[in-house]
Amino acid sequence: MTDPIVVAEGLHKSFGDTHALRGLDLSVPRGTVCGVLGPNGAGKTTAVQILATLSDPDAGHARIAGYDVVREAGKVRERIGLAGQYAAVDEKLTGRGNLRMFGRLSHLSRREAHRRADELLERFGLMDAADRPVAGYSGGMRRRLDLITSLILRPEVLFLDEPTTGLDPRSRGEIWASVRELVADGTTVLLTTQYLDEADRLADDIAVIDHGRVIATGTPDELKATIGDRLDVVLEDPAALGPAADVLSALAGTDLTTTGADRLSVALPGGGLRLADIVRELDRAGVAAADVSLRRPTLDEVFLRLTDRKEPVR
Amino acid sequence: MTALTSPMSRRLRWTFTDGLTLVGRELGRLRQNPGELIAALIFPAIMVVLFGYVFGSAIQVPGGGNYREYLMPGLFSMVIFSAVMGVMVRVATDASRGVMDRFRSMPMARSAVPFGQTGADSLTGLLSLAIMVGAGLLVGWQPHRGLIPTAEAFLLLMVLRYALSWVGVYVGLVVKNDQVADQMVPLFFPVTMLSNSFIPTGGMPGWLRFLADWNPVSAMTAASRELFGNPSVTSGDVAWPLAHPVAAVLLWSAALLVVFVPLSVRTYQRRGR
Repeated sequence: MTDPIVVAEGLHKSFGDTHALRGLDLSVPRGTVCGVLGPNGAGKTTAVQILATLSDPDAGHARIAGYDVVREAGKVRERIGLAGQYAAVDEKLTGRGNLRMFGRLSHLSRREAHRRADELLERFGLMDAADRPVAGYSGGMRRRLDLITSLILRPEVLFLDEPTTGLDPRSRGEIWASVRELVADGTTVLLTTQYLDEADRLADDIAVIDHGRVIATGTPDELKATIGDRLDVVLEDPAALGPAADVLSALAGTDLTTTGADRLSVALPGGGLRLADIVRELDRAGVAAADVSLRRPTLDEVFLRLTDRKEPVR
Repeated sequence: MTALTSPMSRRLRWTFTDGLTLVGRELGRLRQNPGELIAALIFPAIMVVLFGYVFGSAIQVPGGGNYREYLMPGLFSMVIFSAVMGVMVRVATDASRGVMDRFRSMPMARSAVPFGQTGADSLTGLLSLAIMVGAGLLVGWQPHRGLIPTAEAFLLLMVLRYALSWVGVYVGLVVKNDQVADQMVPLFFPVTMLSNSFIPTGGMPGWLRFLADWNPVSAMTAASRELFGNPSVTSGDVAWPLAHPVAAVLLWSAALLVVFVPLSVRTYQRRGR
C-alpha cells in the first residue's frame, strides 16, 4: 500500500535545442493528489505526456502501478486516464455520444458502454445536456465532459494537465469538487497547474518544477514553512514608509517588499519575534501603523521564491 | 487457437471493432449535424448545374455527343477526390483538439484510428457518390454498357477513393492543425480541374497537357467513361494512363496504398515520440 503508484526517475527529454526535462524525479503515493507546479515551459506537460505513454523519454524511466511506460505501454494505458488542457472530445457529437464512443474504444461491451455513459453523466451533473452536441456546451461543461471521459475505465491514476486553465471561478469550483470525489473513491491524481490556489486546495503533496527538474517537494504547509511567516504592515501615513522600512529590515531583515504606497510586507525568520515587539519598535520610531498582521505565506509567495532561485533548495 | 496466433487475432479483431466504432462516430456526427448532410446533397446539384448547364451551354463535345454525358464521369472523379480533403480536415481537427492524444492514451488498437477514419470515409463516400449518380440520372446521364462494366466502374471509383483517403490521413497527421487544414481545402479544385474531367486535354499547352494527362483524376475519369460507355474525346498521341485508364487507376491506387498506409500508421503511432 505504501508503494508509490507513479514513479519517475531521471527523466530527460529534449525537443531540438530545448531541454524540456533534465532529470525529473517524481513519486506519488497511491490514493493521493500530487500537484505539479511550475512556470510556463518548466516541463509540466512534457512530464505528463511521458507518464501517459504519449511520448518516450530520451533517458530515465517511469512506472505506473509497476508497469514501465515505454515497454509496457499497453498495460499502463489500461490503468490511466488523461484529461488535458483542451476539451479532447468530438464537438460534433453529443455528450452521451462521446462517452459511448470512448467507452466502446475502451473495449467495453455496447451495453456496458451505454450504462457507464449514463452513470457518469448522472454523477457529474451533465445529464440535462447529455443529448446536445458538445459544440453548444459552455467551457466548463466541456472540460467536465473531458474529465469524465477519462474516467470511463475507472483509472487507477488520473492525469490532469491544467484542468481549469481558462475557466471561470464557478466552473473551476465544479471541476475541483469532481476531483475531490474521485480521490475519495481512491483514484490517484497527478495534477499540473499554474494556479497555486488550485494546488493548495486539492493537493496532498506538491512538486515544484522549474527548468525540467523538481526543485522542491512537500505538503503545501511544509513548503510554506520553508519561507517562514509573513508580516504585513499598513501605515496611517505613507510618508512613514521609509522609517518603517528601516525598522522592519533591522528586525526581520529578509525579503522586504513594498506592497502599496502605505503598506509593507516582510518575511519573518522562524519564530523568535513576537507581534508585540514589532509594534513597540515601530512606535518607538514614531511610525503610526493602521494595521499590523502576521500570516502564513501564500503558496504564490513560496512559488516565486523557489522559482527565482537557480539552484535546487532540497 | 494456439497461444501464438491468439494475441494476433485478438489485435486484429479489436482493430476491426475499434474501426467500426469510429465509422459509427462519423454516422453520429451526420445525425447531429443534418446541415452537413444537406450540404452533401446540394453540392452535386450545384456542380451539375454549374458545369452541365452554365459552362456546358457553350461547350461542344468534339465528335458530337451530350456534354452532360461527357461531364458526369468527371464529376464522379471530383467526388472521389474530395476524400483527401475531408479526411485531412477530420484528422487534423482530432490532432489539434487533443482527441488524437486521448485515443493514444487509451488501450485501443493502435492502427484502428487511421483504419477507422478511412473506413468511415468510404461510407460517406459511397453516400456522396450515390447522390452524384442520382443527380446525373436526373440530367440524362446513364451507363450504357450493362451491369458488369457499370459495377466495375463504381468499384474502381471506391477503390481509388479508399486509397486517396490514406493520403488525407497522412497529410492531416503532418499538418496537425485544423485551421491550416481548412486553408488547404481549396487546393482541391485546381487539382481536380487540371484534368480531362470538364474539357478534353488535347487543346491544352503541352506542359499543362502532360500534367493533366498524368493526373490520376484524368485516369479515373477516362476509366469511368470507358466502363459507363460515355463519350470520351481524345486527339493526337494519347498518353499511356488515358489509353489504359483502368490499369492506370489500379496502379495509382496500389501505389498510394503502398506508400501512405505504412507512412500514416507509423506517423500516427510515433507522434510526439
